[in-house]
Amino acid sequence: MENMVNVYFFGKKYSVPADLTIMTAMEYAGYTLTRGCGCRHGFCGACATIYRIKGDNTLRTCLACQTQVQEGMYVASIPFFPTDKRTYDIEGLKADQRVMMELYPEIYACIGCNACTKACTQSLNVMQYIAYAQRGEFEKCAEESFDCVGCGCCSVRCPAGISHPMVGLLARRLTGKYIAPKSEHLENRVNEINSGAYDELIEAIMQKPISEMQELYNHRDIEK
Amino acid sequence: MFTPEMLESIKKVEATRAERMATEPRRMTAEEKSELLKAYHPDYRPEGFKEILVGPNKGQKAPVELTNLIHSNSRLLNENIDLSKIDYDVDVLVIGGGGAGASAAIEAHEAGANVMVVTKLRIGDANTMMAEGGIQAADKENDSPVQHYLDAFGGGHFAARPELLRRLVMEAPDAIAWLNKLGVMFDKDEDGRMVTTHGGGTSRKRMHACKDYSGAEIMRTVRDEVLNRKIPVVEFTSAVELLKDEFGQVAGAVLLNMETGDYMVARAKTVIIATGGAGRLHYQNFPTSNHYGATADGLILGYRAGAPLLYQDTIQYHPTGVAYPSQIFGALVTEKVRSIGAMLVNKDGEAYAHPLETRDVSASAIIRECANGKGVDTPLGSGVWLDTPMIEMIHGEGTIEKRIPAMLRMYLNYGIDMRKVPILVYPTLHYQNGGLEIGGEGYTKAIPNLLVAGEAVGGIHGRNRLMGNSLLDIIVFGRNAGKAAAAKAKEVTLGTPNLNHIYEYAEMLKAADCTHEGVSPLLLPKYARHER
Repeated sequence: MENMVNVYFFGKKYSVPADLTIMTAMEYAGYTLTRGCGCRHGFCGACATIYRIKGDNTLRTCLACQTQVQEGMYVASIPFFPTDKRTYDIEGLKADQRVMMELYPEIYACIGCNACTKACTQSLNVMQYIAYAQRGEFEKCAEESFDCVGCGCCSVRCPAGISHPMVGLLARRLTGKYIAPKSEHLENRVNEINSGAYDELIEAIMQKPISEMQELYNHRDIEK
Repeated sequence: MFTPEMLESIKKVEATRAERMATEPRRMTAEEKSELLKAYHPDYRPEGFKEILVGPNKGQKAPVELTNLIHSNSRLLNENIDLSKIDYDVDVLVIGGGGAGASAAIEAHEAGANVMVVTKLRIGDANTMMAEGGIQAADKENDSPVQHYLDAFGGGHFAARPELLRRLVMEAPDAIAWLNKLGVMFDKDEDGRMVTTHGGGTSRKRMHACKDYSGAEIMRTVRDEVLNRKIPVVEFTSAVELLKDEFGQVAGAVLLNMETGDYMVARAKTVIIATGGAGRLHYQNFPTSNHYGATADGLILGYRAGAPLLYQDTIQYHPTGVAYPSQIFGALVTEKVRSIGAMLVNKDGEAYAHPLETRDVSASAIIRECANGKGVDTPLGSGVWLDTPMIEMIHGEGTIEKRIPAMLRMYLNYGIDMRKVPILVYPTLHYQNGGLEIGGEGYTKAIPNLLVAGEAVGGIHGRNRLMGNSLLDIIVFGRNAGKAAAAKAKEVTLGTPNLNHIYEYAEMLKAADCTHEGVSPLLLPKYARHER
């Protein structure tokens, strides 16, 4: 007999194998998932979940696909959370402090409770990256928020109504576009290609017979 | 966390580490690779394939599970849908909300078209989001698009369609520049030079990355751009059949609300299939690194409407899927782990192959080791070691956290610190090399206003794909499809939408005495367990 545990999906009790994740345990229990299931490997944030262990009043958050079931787990998945994304034309923005004041002014209402950080399923320092955003330190905000999967557990818990993942996303786009140094070698190569510098060479290699391509491929030099 | 047998084997891995680090394992010759593939690659197992009995690829083989879907009927066969009631009327309909679909939508919008995206889960629930290692582009001084072409063509066993591969490599630098302009945070040094590494089978270091969240960083950026442009995205809605008109053009699609079960009709002057891969069909019972919705829907839609497939019999098994612990069985361990130094090592501590052979070769070599008793037993099978502690010995402490944070986090969840101990891997179903056949401009050859982009395309890579060329192809071919579809929409005059082709297809199935039960496309895998 497999090692089983009792879990409660939306309050209803199921006995499931102890080595399953919350997601596979729900499927074991018979659920066909449409909401609350995306990449199944911890990258998309679709499976934001709230749970509490029987006898412990701490409310915990997790990704259902990355979390093993435990005895006495009361589980509620969050099928959707109305994160408040503001729209903007990235071409028209400037990477200065006013951007945040205009697009996400509620970040200045942060009361410093740190509930966002405690709720983060990726163990990010969410309150810290919001602080960086407040100060217009977008590069730091981008770095600190980089591993965000946008599950929204932080926003669920925020008394100030901040949509943290959206703030991090804006900071990253500003950083990638405006703050990080330009890649000269990339621009040069794009210009070379556009000016036709490789047209004849690529035509020539496309026309080569397979035997010659095999020869070229098998003896090409490989950068160390 | 590890079993006693695993711990015993780890000691052997540690014992040989210093010696292994001093030497680079030999690369295999062309003959050795060819023999290895024939002996161990799953594409060479005849029992995994089945002949297609109807349609444009009749007589050819495809994986059993895909052939069964091809041999299934439309779920609309016995529905009576009023096609004159149009719910959505657009220039360009993009089916699929991954990297290819989002890129296509942005470019179609930029070109002034009225474009809409439908996706059966959420926009961004896609394999793009899960791509970890990077994206190739020949943008360094010692590299060129021609060199990139050679690497990809040889790595794909000389089977790529030249006109497609040309587009892939020639438009690669511009794809990176486009993403960078949208705000994607590539790994760069302080002077702005891209930090680039090798991938399996590359002859130049041209793998650009965003830590090991490369696909996620790209996906969330292009998704944000789609939303900023206010392009309509209809989520939890799948396209279940293409519509055609009396001129043989596509005319839109029938949509299914995944939550209510209601059908809707979308009329469109051009349609882009960007539905991605098929990992959730679990060919040959492999686990998969793919997202929940990767069920080859677009291939079925296109095929039933008359568009041929190409290389549908070639599948990529990523060499390094998680073999242990079982909770994350089949999850991807990015090739970047090997790019930055980790070796593949068997049970006895031997580095049995070069860590950066192409994926098909590398996967076959792991299967060989395990088949010959050189693998480590796990609860769900077996695996070989990926010697991750080497990374920090080569590049210094903190490298793993900085460059592959997702991997570190995934394993730490289960008490395994890959900085200190190696990890167990086994091939996982990762990518469909084949798909719908297109010409260089992105159109299917059979239907003039139907385009395909991304993993649903066959022929860009040939019979194997190099790491970093898929994130690249979704951007290059997604953008191209968006531009082409927007231009084409201006000259298309639609007739009356009909579903005649699904009835004709049903007749073909009947005539071939081929009635597979169930309907296709599959839409979602059947994972729910029902005791009765």
